[in-house]
Amino acid sequence: MSGPDRPLVAVVVFPGSNDDRDAQQALELLGASAVRVWHEEQQLPPATAAVVLPGGFSFGDYLRCGAIARFSPVMSAVRAFAADGGLVLGICNGFQVLTEAGLLPGVLRPNRSLTFICRETQLTVAPGESPFTTRCGSGGGTLTIPVKNGEGCWYADDELLAELEAAGRILLRYAPGENPNGSVADVAGVANADRNVFGLMPHPEHAVDPLLGGTDGAAILGSLVDAARAAA
Amino acid sequence: MLVRPKPGILDPQGQAVESSLRHLGFAVEGARVGRLVDVELTTDDPVEARAALERMCEQLLANPLIEGYEIEFPEHTSP
Repeated sequence: MSGPDRPLVAVVVFPGSNDDRDAQQALELLGASAVRVWHEEQQLPPATAAVVLPGGFSFGDYLRCGAIARFSPVMSAVRAFAADGGLVLGICNGFQVLTEAGLLPGVLRPNRSLTFICRETQLTVAPGESPFTTRCGSGGGTLTIPVKNGEGCWYADDELLAELEAAGRILLRYAPGENPNGSVADVAGVANADRNVFGLMPHPEHAVDPLLGGTDGAAILGSLVDAARAAA
Repeated sequence: MLVRPKPGILDPQGQAVESSLRHLGFAVEGARVGRLVDVELTTDDPVEARAALERMCEQLLANPLIEGYEIEFPEHTSP
């Protein structure tokens, strides 16, 4: 059951999503009521307080990662939800979908190494306020969260990068020397102008249990659950 | 429709191809890898066809941040 104590988080499932159950489980663990929503749905469940686009390989990553998923019926509802100030988090493929949909800036390209990379990364959280990093404190901090992707190399031209940096919208970077994929300016995660939409390549849902290597992912997802609870 | 990385955009696939061609002994100074999309249209009107192809590239086939595109018509279209 959802309610003020357990805000409802909709986890969108595209054909080829494969981290939706992990995301659901992590969100439940962190106090949300998480439901999986098939991409053909025209609407989000009533009382949805946040949306998560999970990792995976939507539509086989054909053409470009996320390029086809952005046209799924549910994305119109996600777009409207975001425009209304709703919280939307994209993880890995979800981040790719959000950039292709134009809800987040930049684009994710093949890793510089052309190899699939699956390992823990050290991340630096930008200081400042955002609903996705409140549990990290307003001073920022560092997190250890795994990445697993073939196309995680975020790209923006100099002009766009300067604009994002000036606005403090680059909420997450790979720590110095840790950039696994050639991402411009070590960007690991970026927010929209209103900071209610955020995408990141690392997988916080895979780092919420000490038995599985660490719990730093809870700082991101827990922040989201807190913000969703406040919004519910 | 030919879609390929814009000049100046890092193209790791092109770099890998370039490196491989060099290993084979070819004197190559650069390689870029793009994507060719062939479509068959139902219209006979070349103006309408070109407009549709443009929209396809803009909406789906190319990401304008990183890719440019060219549109080519075959010299002989099948009846």
